[in-house]
Amino acid sequence: MKKRKLSFSGFGQLTIPLIAIALLVIFNLIRDPGFFKIAISHNSNGNAVLSGNIITIINGASELAILAMGMTLVTAACGGQDISVGAAAAIAGSVFVKVLKGASQINIGTVILAFLCSCVVAMLFGSFNGTLVAVFKIQPMIATLILFTCGRSIAYWINGGATPTVSSPIITSIGGFIPGIPVPTPVIIVIVMAVLFRLLFRFSALGLFTQSVGINGSAARLNGINATFIKLLSFIILGICVSVSACIGVSRLGLINHETLLIDIEMDTILAVAIGGNSLGGGKFKLSGSIIGAYVIQMLTITLYAMKVSSTDVKAYKAIVIVLLVVIGSPVIKERFGKMIRHLTSSRKEGPAKGAQE
Amino acid sequence: MQEEYLLTMRHIEKRFPGVLALNGVDFSLRKGEIHALMGENGAGKSTLIKVLTGVYQMDGGEIRVDGEKIAIKSPQDAQNKGISTVYQEITLCPNLTVSENMFIGRCGAWVKRRDLEKKADEILTRLGIPARSTQLLGSCSLAVQQMVAIARAVDMNCKVLILDEPTSSLDDKEVKRLFGLMRDLKAQGVGIIFVTHFLDQVYEVSDRITVLRNGELVGEYLTEDLPQVQLVSKMIGKELEELGSLGETEDIMFGDKPVFYEAKGISSNEALPFDFSIRKGEVNGFTGLLGSGRSESVRAIFGADKVTGGEVTVNGEPVKIDRPIDAMRHGIGYLSEDRKRDGIIAELSVRENIILALQVMNGMFRPINRNESEAFADEYIKVLNIKTASMETPVGSLSGGNQQKVILARWLLTHPDYLILDEPTRGIDVGTKLEIQKLVLKLAEEGVSVTFISSEVEEMLRTCSRLIVMRDRHVVGELTGKDLNQTKVMKTIAGGEA
Repeated sequence: MKKRKLSFSGFGQLTIPLIAIALLVIFNLIRDPGFFKIAISHNSNGNAVLSGNIITIINGASELAILAMGMTLVTAACGGQDISVGAAAAIAGSVFVKVLKGASQINIGTVILAFLCSCVVAMLFGSFNGTLVAVFKIQPMIATLILFTCGRSIAYWINGGATPTVSSPIITSIGGFIPGIPVPTPVIIVIVMAVLFRLLFRFSALGLFTQSVGINGSAARLNGINATFIKLLSFIILGICVSVSACIGVSRLGLINHETLLIDIEMDTILAVAIGGNSLGGGKFKLSGSIIGAYVIQMLTITLYAMKVSSTDVKAYKAIVIVLLVVIGSPVIKERFGKMIRHLTSSRKEGPAKGAQE
Repeated sequence: MQEEYLLTMRHIEKRFPGVLALNGVDFSLRKGEIHALMGENGAGKSTLIKVLTGVYQMDGGEIRVDGEKIAIKSPQDAQNKGISTVYQEITLCPNLTVSENMFIGRCGAWVKRRDLEKKADEILTRLGIPARSTQLLGSCSLAVQQMVAIARAVDMNCKVLILDEPTSSLDDKEVKRLFGLMRDLKAQGVGIIFVTHFLDQVYEVSDRITVLRNGELVGEYLTEDLPQVQLVSKMIGKELEELGSLGETEDIMFGDKPVFYEAKGISSNEALPFDFSIRKGEVNGFTGLLGSGRSESVRAIFGADKVTGGEVTVNGEPVKIDRPIDAMRHGIGYLSEDRKRDGIIAELSVRENIILALQVMNGMFRPINRNESEAFADEYIKVLNIKTASMETPVGSLSGGNQQKVILARWLLTHPDYLILDEPTRGIDVGTKLEIQKLVLKLAEEGVSVTFISSEVEEMLRTCSRLIVMRDRHVVGELTGKDLNQTKVMKTIAGGEA
């Protein structure tokens, strides 16, 4: 019994996002054969770093990919989404900067301390959302609407309305490159987060419990699973993701702007989960799908910019492509498509027989 | 007695894939009578009602209303033809007023609100329903809401009124009120089909009883001619005479074995207080008709509903069981009655479903690794002979009997000391039923205590050495030894004189 075939459903789930990536790659190659050229250049600090469109895409999608991982978990457990991740990130980023500003000097220790503080704050806000959803049974979108509305105001208060800057080589290397490593640091952080999630699912039964709660809460409860805790936990884990993304975002710019940090990212995050083939109604999930979904969205955006589509028009074009992706991935189309294939294969078999009858 | 037929259904047939749900069933309703439709779960009551109300299309037979042959195409069509239904769950809108609820969907948009309210008040007064037309429906008691639903139905010129379990969420006083309304309607010539599982209520209000069993008509009787005991035997399907001979059950005494679980006055928000105990290696059962409270009682033992009182000891030690996980930690497993809703995690694989309970008991941070879980799944698929394409097949795609075995495997894997099986054999084939019965006896031999619930009394007699009989949510008897025979069980279920 060592057969570990790729389960068919799992393969099916990743088909659409993988096809989307492939199409975008092909499209770009036709449009501009040099689009994916990767070069080694020297940045302002004189480090040898990788550059090129593909690097820009992978680097730029980092925050989105990290948030999408956390959002997948919330979606699976609660059958709903957290729309406050952008606002929560503004808070987490503000706390990060506030702690750094308070420190006499910025060194590794203070950066870690600042990150931990922002992490705790984001987890607290996560548990606020989680409590509303898990304990008070409020629909996730309504529950998180509260923080979505007030989050950026809270972020405003933290730094007294200012948009302070932090300049330090450490911050620069978090948002850019660590000297001697040609890969952008945010990309490395995404890999670290993905590995951490992998380990979490490997060394705990969280995946099984989350899916059970999401698929059949009543049965999960009768099997002794504490559904409230699982839902709450998913929001707390998303809180960690929010804080990591916020710190990357702040480090890229070297400042915190509570109005613009990761603005509108919540919808892209939900979209990444959906494009990844995960049901927004909860239940079975694949983290890898959501990560690929994040890169699809980013690649789409960069492709449109590369085609000189103005930034105001980009959203409209993005919407068209996303509508297509979501419709193609919808159960109705999947079923029709499945029927069509079955029909084609069966008519091929029956074809000669019918001819003989006539 | 008026012999004018309002409704006649002849040789009704309804097929579902693989099942003949209704096999040539006849049913007739006279003008101004209350006619109880009786049968155990799966007898075909609800299918017959759904055919009559146009939810299902029948595969054969004919329906006549007032002697005229009709075809019922949809629920809307049924209403237009004078057949109205009030379902168990109230299907009105609590956030609208009483009059809005009564007229919604069947008057033009430009009717004056006042006129409607006046008309609604007239109907409410005529029927003696204690509600005002302008009141929000949600502010009325459940009984009154139920009555408003009836008023709505009656006002749509209904000739045939179907009440599907109308009393299941009402208290005694509310039931009395509802019966008053039913008698009034009867006096006005409406024919009422009354579906319920409360025997006493049938005898209180109905004129005639039609009994169905396994999709077939058992017979139509005048209520006064059919004693309660006979009604039960007709529903369950054993004639009293032939039952006498089945009476020998082995006298197994458990007096010397230690008590594993004991509860005094245990109650939940679904179950009334009761006492219960089980010894090591004992198989006992709760019996009673559907809705008698047998499932609610075992759910209270497992902590599945909110436990509201009682003292529990396990192995003589006082313990607190408030949630399923508490029960599991004390070695209790529970296979629930509703496999789809409370049992399987449909989209997860057979393997994941099998290890679920054990994993929960191990705790989140001691995951059963892949190899171990495959070994477990493999073992139990073989032991219980589960038919599945592979252990990675989603459990939802298996047949009912195999799904049930997966859940059994889930609990067996936790090596419970006490296993509660609520209707483990419902809706599964005879072969699997026998396998499960054998398994229960084998577990008992190994010292596991088992509480077994089944709608089939015969099955319980074969496996249990003690039966706790429930009626209308109360424990009404406990049978052991030579009392364990069908006649005695049925008499106790039916209650009354006998």
